[in-house]
Amino acid sequence: MSPLKIKKGTSKHSAYDLRSNYADTQETHTLAVIVDNEAGVLARVIGLFSGRGYNIDSLTVAEIDHQGHRSRITVVTTGTPQVIEQIKSQLSRMVPVYEVHDLTVEGPSVERELALLKVVGEGEKRVEALRLADIFRANVVDSTLESFVFEITGPPEKIDAFAELMRPLGLEEVARTGVAALSRGGSGSLGVASDKVTADVTGGANA
Amino acid sequence: MSRQMTGAQMVVKALKDQGVDTIFGYPGGAVLPIYDEIFQQNDIRHVLVRHEQAAVHAAEGYARSTGKPGVALVTSGPGATNAVTGLTDALMDSIPIVVLTGQVPTFMIGNDAFQEADTVGITRPCTKHNWLVKETEKLPGVIHQAFHVATKGRPGPVLVDIPKDVQFASARYTSPEKAPVGHYQPRTKGDATAIAELARMMETAERPILYTGGGVINSGDEATRLLRELAGATNFPVTSTLMGLGAYPASGDNWLGMLGMHGLYEANMAMHGCDLMICVGARFDDRITGRVDAFSPNSKKAHIDIDPSSINKVIHVDVPIIGDVASVLGDLLEVWKERGAKTNEEGIARWWSQISEWKKTRCLDYAPSKETIKPQHAVERLEALTRDHPKRYITTEVGQHQMWAAQYLHFNEPNRWMTSGGLGTMGYGFPASVGVQMAHPDALVINVAGEASWLMNMQEMGTVAQYRLPVKQFILNNERLGMVRQWQELLHGERYSHSWSESLPDFVKLAESFGIKGLTVSDPADLDDAIREMLDHDGPVIFDCLVEKHENCFPMIPSGAPHNEMLLGNASTKDAIGSKGAVLV
Repeated sequence: MSPLKIKKGTSKHSAYDLRSNYADTQETHTLAVIVDNEAGVLARVIGLFSGRGYNIDSLTVAEIDHQGHRSRITVVTTGTPQVIEQIKSQLSRMVPVYEVHDLTVEGPSVERELALLKVVGEGEKRVEALRLADIFRANVVDSTLESFVFEITGPPEKIDAFAELMRPLGLEEVARTGVAALSRGGSGSLGVASDKVTADVTGGANA
Repeated sequence: MSRQMTGAQMVVKALKDQGVDTIFGYPGGAVLPIYDEIFQQNDIRHVLVRHEQAAVHAAEGYARSTGKPGVALVTSGPGATNAVTGLTDALMDSIPIVVLTGQVPTFMIGNDAFQEADTVGITRPCTKHNWLVKETEKLPGVIHQAFHVATKGRPGPVLVDIPKDVQFASARYTSPEKAPVGHYQPRTKGDATAIAELARMMETAERPILYTGGGVINSGDEATRLLRELAGATNFPVTSTLMGLGAYPASGDNWLGMLGMHGLYEANMAMHGCDLMICVGARFDDRITGRVDAFSPNSKKAHIDIDPSSINKVIHVDVPIIGDVASVLGDLLEVWKERGAKTNEEGIARWWSQISEWKKTRCLDYAPSKETIKPQHAVERLEALTRDHPKRYITTEVGQHQMWAAQYLHFNEPNRWMTSGGLGTMGYGFPASVGVQMAHPDALVINVAGEASWLMNMQEMGTVAQYRLPVKQFILNNERLGMVRQWQELLHGERYSHSWSESLPDFVKLAESFGIKGLTVSDPADLDDAIREMLDHDGPVIFDCLVEKHENCFPMIPSGAPHNEMLLGNASTKDAIGSKGAVLV
């Protein structure tokens, strides 16, 4: 009896991803979840994660299509391959969920996060903070004689690195938005109520 | 078509348009407008239960025995919180029910108003979906969508929370045909490649087994028919979970009996030793698998399920097929026949001879007694005296009696067996029997109960008396929480902490106080006559069957053990469960 002839990771239907169930390596995945922008939808998604013991490393949500009443939730989560597949299937079967995309396996993607950092200091430290901010292409959005608020955009690791450098220079406060992510290339206007998406929806492509 | 009406009128109209004939409920301040509308019509029967939990279980019993969604109507606050157990029960067992709750008026929400609770917040994790309706014009559409969600895909409970001002306000009604169609359309057709692969595997398998579950019954009569055809055409043995009993007839040639923790020896051994497992509408629950890493180690596994999240959740399968059981089995049979309807007949014959060896264990044998009624004996006699009834429906509570009922009662048709499987809700059976009897007025409805479970919803005696529902409450009274006691014996050094039923009522007097017939029996010699008296009585009966107090339920797969390490009735149970198993439930 030969195993199923379906290439690994090629299908968005979780069940056909035939990586070993018993792999206990932790993987980090970025999921884009397109949902009805209805009351309580975020609580539903968060409740799923907390109720079933899944991790949320980062979570962002905002309406992306006012007319179509859609929001996009971007979740970064960590787990074994089996847990990641479970998360995707559990999300897909929720009633207000239109689509779940695993940006980590569906080809290259871009991830960006915005952060605001308040750095308080004087003298050489203050100059050094400004110099580093320039290297990282962070903008100064507020300044007093003894403080800066920097605005920085980039992948989470870049923000981590910047925050780490600011720490000895008087880092007081950090606010981060969490990750927003999109697949690279021209395909997929996902989540926006174009004709294409409407056709997908009525076709019942999302189990 | 559409016309102006109040929200309360819309509720009743929408239920009628959805084909609802019976609802179970309990009134209160926040649902008074709806109750006022119910008062002024005759199309929908309202059954007044005595507790909101019972309303939901009754709706479950109605749904499970008819295949149609059950409906419950309760008030805000405590009405809604009392419904939570029933909702969770229905979620775990995939039972389609629609629960309507009243809510304080929209302008009072969030003010800690009288009988206010965050109903959609509380019930979010225990419903398939729920809605708080804040505008009357959206109410009919939401109710229609609620029925759609409850019944499509993997069925489940839904809840619609309706503030009182929304019930009073007027708007235009929307009929089901004109209601906005949600995007919730689960796919029902299985992947052709995977189905073909399974058909190929069926041709060569030497030790196949069909492991079926409640999904077959939820899928409907066609799924049951196709399962029987498949088993008949292939001669594959069939076992079933607790939830799936009746999909394949217990009188069928290929029937092995129930599997799992208290399943039959031959069924569990066949699961352990098979080389092809075809899971049909079941979900590899922990009561089924035992120790996961030792579960059926040498088999290829196929899994047919409408819910993608059931697949690879517990057990990794080789051939996952996402789809409706009836659709997939239909396609599977077609492909398999097109390929010549072949099986490995020689291998399967050897497999059956191995199974008949296992059957010789006679795992359901127990030590008979002339002094006390053995609970197994009571259930066996109940089976003997009711098996020929053309319309016998059984509900159960939860515990030892439930397992004995599953072992010793035989079901030849689906939808005849209503039990709380996933959640294990004590107190389920009595109200469920109310729901079943309402749906099938001329049927014989028996709730096989334990006295402790039964007491949890015994207030429903009022309901059965009021509606003259001839349900038979067959209580195996061992004055113990039998399953708890059994686990304490096996796991906790026979320290029986709070597992006995002290201060039990006199069940006969209790029944009589509600104007119901009560019977009690303690001598095995009187048992048959007493059961006949119960069956012959044209009305509800509380049957108090005093049974052996310390009987254990066997066979048993101890916690943390694989299928082939079962405890049988005569085995030593001392230290049967290791420290690793002891932490499991």
